[in-house]
Amino acid sequence: MEIKTKTMGLVNINDEQIVNLVDGFYGFENFHKFALMDSEKEPFFWFQSLEDENLAFIIIDPFLFRPDYELDIDDNLLKPIEAEAPTDILVFALVTIPPSGGAITANLQGPLIINKKNKKGMQAIMNDGKWNTKHDIIAEMNKAKSNAAKDLNGRA
Amino acid sequence: MLVLSRKPQEKILISDDIEITIVEVKGEQVKIGITAPASVKVFREEVYQAIQNENKAALVKDKKFILPDLNLTVKK
Repeated sequence: MEIKTKTMGLVNINDEQIVNLVDGFYGFENFHKFALMDSEKEPFFWFQSLEDENLAFIIIDPFLFRPDYELDIDDNLLKPIEAEAPTDILVFALVTIPPSGGAITANLQGPLIINKKNKKGMQAIMNDGKWNTKHDIIAEMNKAKSNAAKDLNGRA
Repeated sequence: MLVLSRKPQEKILISDDIEITIVEVKGEQVKIGITAPASVKVFREEVYQAIQNENKAALVKDKKFILPDLNLTVKK
């Protein structure tokens, strides 16, 4: 099907790309249908509303820059999207790119969780205080790289 | 707003399925226990606000928006 997007005009998607956000995003509770799309630049993806072409988010795989990222997931958390096992889910972080420049950040406190099997999604809220809404992607990526290098040196 | 006085270990019931227990009172801090069905979402208010504000900040505003280069190679 063809959909209207915020920045890319009309785009063709298939049904498998459609995600049903059961409760919407916080602050945007009335929008439920989104398309998960490749973006023009890796490692970003677009999360485009099908109900309002002006509503579009950029998302990223949080494990790319925080290999230590973990979700404290219990069965209750996964209930709204009917996920049975942690292996059923995909995790993304919403990305904020300030229009005036400044650090590109990812929200690791309110990740987007999608059940691969039924394409139901939700925004979870991590209450443990370890993760916040503004993780500097590039800074934390560099830190992860230098930690990996240290590990290698330690083993040598 | 309904205001109730409670002592430690005393409870408040909301409907027949939400139970709030005052676990501990220590100086300025109160520990509260909440038992509720999975469908009831419980958040610290400031966390809820932070997520909502960040979602609004994350929304792409400009139709001519161009994604930045992260120079991050993705293993496939």
